[in-house]
Amino acid sequence: MALDSADDRGAAGVVVTAAPRDLSPEGRQPSAIGPWRLAGRRLRRNKVALFFLALFVVIVAMCLLAPVYSAHIAGIGPNTNNITGTVSVAGKQQDVVSLDGVPIGPTWGAHYLLGADTNGRDLAVRLLYGGRTSLLIGAIATVIIIVLGTLAGLLSGYFRGAADFILRPLMELIWSFPVVILGVALGTALAIGGIGPVKGNSVYIPAFIIGVVYIPYLGKPIRGEVMRVRNQDYIDAARVQGMGHWRIMFSEIMPNVSSTIIVFVPLILASSILLESYLSFLGAGVQAPNASWGTLISDGLDYLQTTPTFSLIPGAMLVLTVLSINVVGDGIRDALDPRAQVRVRT
Amino acid sequence: MARFVTRRVASAILLLFAVSVVVFGIFEVIPSYNPARAIAGRNATTTTVQQVSEKFGFNKPVYVQYGNTMKLIFTGQIVDYSDNLNVVQQFGQRFPVTASLVIPAALIWMAGALLFGSLSALRAGRLMDRGLTVAAIVGVSIPVFLLAAVLLYAFAFRLPWFPNTGYVQLGDNPAEWAYHLILPWIAIAALSVGFYSRVLRASALDVINQDFVRTAKAKGLSERQVFVRHVLRNSLMPIVTLFGLDFAALLGGAALVTETVFNLPGIGQYEAQAIGNLDVPPIMVGAMFTAFFVVLFSALSDVVYALLDPRIRLTG
Repeated sequence: MALDSADDRGAAGVVVTAAPRDLSPEGRQPSAIGPWRLAGRRLRRNKVALFFLALFVVIVAMCLLAPVYSAHIAGIGPNTNNITGTVSVAGKQQDVVSLDGVPIGPTWGAHYLLGADTNGRDLAVRLLYGGRTSLLIGAIATVIIIVLGTLAGLLSGYFRGAADFILRPLMELIWSFPVVILGVALGTALAIGGIGPVKGNSVYIPAFIIGVVYIPYLGKPIRGEVMRVRNQDYIDAARVQGMGHWRIMFSEIMPNVSSTIIVFVPLILASSILLESYLSFLGAGVQAPNASWGTLISDGLDYLQTTPTFSLIPGAMLVLTVLSINVVGDGIRDALDPRAQVRVRT
Repeated sequence: MARFVTRRVASAILLLFAVSVVVFGIFEVIPSYNPARAIAGRNATTTTVQQVSEKFGFNKPVYVQYGNTMKLIFTGQIVDYSDNLNVVQQFGQRFPVTASLVIPAALIWMAGALLFGSLSALRAGRLMDRGLTVAAIVGVSIPVFLLAAVLLYAFAFRLPWFPNTGYVQLGDNPAEWAYHLILPWIAIAALSVGFYSRVLRASALDVINQDFVRTAKAKGLSERQVFVRHVLRNSLMPIVTLFGLDFAALLGGAALVTETVFNLPGIGQYEAQAIGNLDVPPIMVGAMFTAFFVVLFSALSDVVYALLDPRIRLTG
């Protein structure tokens, strides 16, 4: 979906003068506030967004501390099997995995806090490591999308002609696949052989796939914005001054499309994490022995009737993460451009 | 009109050709992917891999393989690697299940979106309007398979109100058919209602301030007539676009996670199983099948635009 209309964004670029609240003794001129600081102020007033930002920071911190939890509390690594081991629950020793292969449910103690999986691995440790994987993939994919999507949008919007002739159909082609289907196709193909030196079960593969799949979702709107900006008089002025194409693109056009890019960053991050969970859920994303929230939900489904927490706790982590990114993103969008309407499809 | 149809069909064929090349390319040209090894299994010996390669023709040049594969798909002879089932036949048999899942779900979410979107546009800023904002943002933050799992746990296992699995054909017993599909319908529809309502609301609020709405009020139409005939009709376009893409994707197999969780034998479940077995033909056919629906429905939504708004001409 395209951003609402061009005029709205113009409004964010207007420099608003602040009321002269604290005139210094020397009688300094009241300082003008730039659009970015104005947006920052609006964001700071948005209590809901700030709350969810804090929640997101807490989740990220928890996932980053996974090795600490693993080493000092649970005392077991994320990929350490323990099929024959036992754990003491309320003073009694119980099998981590019962003789007929059913893993133990949540013990709510230091060891096997959330239970085990069929290999006897500690699910709480895997939840945190899985979160790291999910967040890492989301972050890498977002960087890929922002860099390549912006570049594609800039090139095809600015040069039009040959660049547009090549890039636009490419983006349309990717766009005509539902993201899950294209992601699954790529994921299945790459999970077997990997790409070059990168092994098939590397977490960089889903990150790369998600990056490719979502490029048009940024590239298309950026292209539209660039097409609009490049016809402005100040671009002609820059040209007359003798600026080169690349300089015009990066120092004249980029600043004028940057608020669009910023609005898309949280959206793309949220969508990337969601898509990763879809792919991993289907077995075309993160591969064994690594975990992600998607694989944990999928693995837990076998025990949905008896131990629903196996699926629902990683599910809750996933939803809280994506929700907090979306709410913060909404706040950023409202702050930069109160009337825009954007969504990235999953 | 004739020109529109010709151009649309021509560009659709071109796009589908490109799609088929891409899908084929993903599986056959990626250098490190060896389909013979995938068929032979993860721990196969080199000789087995070679035999498989000969049998399926993987040692031929790429364009020959592409031609052969497309011939197999379009003559309906392609078989999957794991069970030797005819892929096209499987899609044909399973499509009614997917349609039973997706079409009513789509009707539910569109009806919900029309209702809630209109109400919140008429009462902007009120409690329901704010509730809808929350519903929309929560809806885009929950993966469908998770909502499906929660529904399955809550209303099939914890409270045994609905069956947890299985599919009954519409022709056999319509009541049982609906009973088995209610939870899956809700899983698909619930997450979309909020977002669609928000989009409809935003576009209705834009339309409400236009001159022709004032004219309609001035000439004495009732509130309801003004809203339904003038405002609503003119604000449907954004959700028609969204709907075309989402519906096409789901019908073409993107409901695979829902089908997996609820164990419905649709095309999505077939594809999901194929992913698990690293079985290429169903995924390849599935991707082309979906792209076909996306192309079809994007053309259809252009036709719907023209019906909704006579100012739009179908020139392609």
